Amino acid sequence: MTIKETEQQIVEEFAVFTEWLDKYEYLIELGRSLPIIKDSGKEEKNLIKGCQSRVWLAADYTDGKIYFTADSDAIITKGIVSLLVRVFSGRTPQEIIEADLSFIKEIGLEENLSPTRANGLLSMIRQIKFYAVAFAANK
Amino acid sequence: MALLNNIKAVRDQFPALGQKVNGRDLVYFDNGATAQKPLSVISRLNEMNSGINGNIHRAVHDLSAKCTMLYEGARESVREFINAESTEEIVFTSGTTASVNLVANSFTAAFISKGDAVIICEADHHSNIVPWQMACQRAGAELRILPVDDSGCWKMGELDKILDGKVKIVSVAHISNVLGIINPVKELIERAHAAGAAVLIDGAQGIVHSQVDVQKLDCDFYAFSGHKLYGPTGTGILYGKRALMDKMGPWMGGGDMVETVTLQKTTYAPLPLKFEAGTPNFIGAAALGEAVGFVNSLDRQFAAEHEELLMSKLMNGLREIEGIKIYGDAAGKIPLASFNIEGVHHADLAMLLDKMGVAVRSGMMCCEPLMSRFGVTGMVRVSLAVYNTAEEIDVLLKSLSRAVGMLRQ
Repeated sequence: MTIKETEQQIVEEFAVFTEWLDKYEYLIELGRSLPIIKDSGKEEKNLIKGCQSRVWLAADYTDGKIYFTADSDAIITKGIVSLLVRVFSGRTPQEIIEADLSFIKEIGLEENLSPTRANGLLSMIRQIKFYAVAFAANK
Repeated sequence: MALLNNIKAVRDQFPALGQKVNGRDLVYFDNGATAQKPLSVISRLNEMNSGINGNIHRAVHDLSAKCTMLYEGARESVREFINAESTEEIVFTSGTTASVNLVANSFTAAFISKGDAVIICEADHHSNIVPWQMACQRAGAELRILPVDDSGCWKMGELDKILDGKVKIVSVAHISNVLGIINPVKELIERAHAAGAAVLIDGAQGIVHSQVDVQKLDCDFYAFSGHKLYGPTGTGILYGKRALMDKMGPWMGGGDMVETVTLQKTTYAPLPLKFEAGTPNFIGAAALGEAVGFVNSLDRQFAAEHEELLMSKLMNGLREIEGIKIYGDAAGKIPLASFNIEGVHHADLAMLLDKMGVAVRSGMMCCEPLMSRFGVTGMVRVSLAVYNTAEEIDVLLKSLSRAVGMLRQ
């Protein structure tokens, strides 16, 4: 499945929710099922700091693909993070660099992405792209 | 005009309160961050933006004169509101942050030398911490910290250990924006003066929730913002004693703060214009005058009793929540409560409450040192204003219980 197809799948999953709270209920569920980062990965260099919640993001580069693991101290943030991990993990650096992430807007979570919202999410996307660029350069 | 002495009359003044958020009636409990605006403020802003607009002080034309009158009229309203001796002691700024920075720059340049000291408090807002860190670094002065106890009250006993002849200024909050505790500023001011130090009070919350009389307090400076006092954003006040401010040089240079300018040398305008370089936010300032008028139009006894009732309902409701930790649970608080609930992250709670139409604050609230003091990464804060109702507290408590149910495993 391509990044676009995975995004489309997520948009369809969210389409069934007409109530805001149901959407968040689902995010909470996703947050609970996110395979959390190993404790060894929860180090300062993987921490993305925000005023609201903290996010840890670790990347492994194996056989030309990047595998992400992530965690957050806030469960809803973790749910959103799990969507990003699902979209990006197991991709080549080039796929990640080219992704546009329009699905976040389509499922109505763009309010979480304003640059000054300070919840670490936008920084996380930047960090994911940064890993991709770095791994692509070191190929 | 009759005073506003019932909740309906008060709420009628605030069009923002009637809106829906996420499909539900808005419950606005983030007043500590900014308050909604009454009609008088809105119409003053509209009237000036849509017609009565001319740059103040300098031109001879009609619009300039009208704006100057409104601007200076607002200065007089503020003077009367805080009982300053003269309007020369009332400087318009862009907010509390700008007011503190003004003092941290101009006072430091005039009075603080290498080896001197400044006192701030560990519960203070970043806007009263960072400017003093910067000032002390520049001056080679020492920054000393007044600690708080486990309930968030100032450790007044510690003051003697840090307050000596080296201290030139003590800069602390009247009321903590996180804890809502009304600090014993009067006692602090007396003790600081006895030791020869000046005192700046950060009144961002204090101006809203107490009747400030700067002459009775005898503080040297009092800083506050317009937008928390039902006025416009980008407005603020620095009150300063004339004797001190006369000895302080300006912080920013520009138009309107000068007497004569040659290319070599400038002499400065007298107070307060010396500290108001450039075109000020005169429309905002005029509307701040209206905000002061709104506060004056409240029946003080009604407002105090109403807020007390809300606060006791809020605290009783919160205390029943299993696993709740309320910070700064001390006597003599403004209607504000910051808390965490066991097993639930503050940001998650605030996000779900928002989806239920309830606006609260979460996170560090610009008080990272205080968060560290309590060993947390953030809190949820409910801060009330005179226009909130008991029914809204019911909505909050129900929404909280629903959100906690969703978030707990």
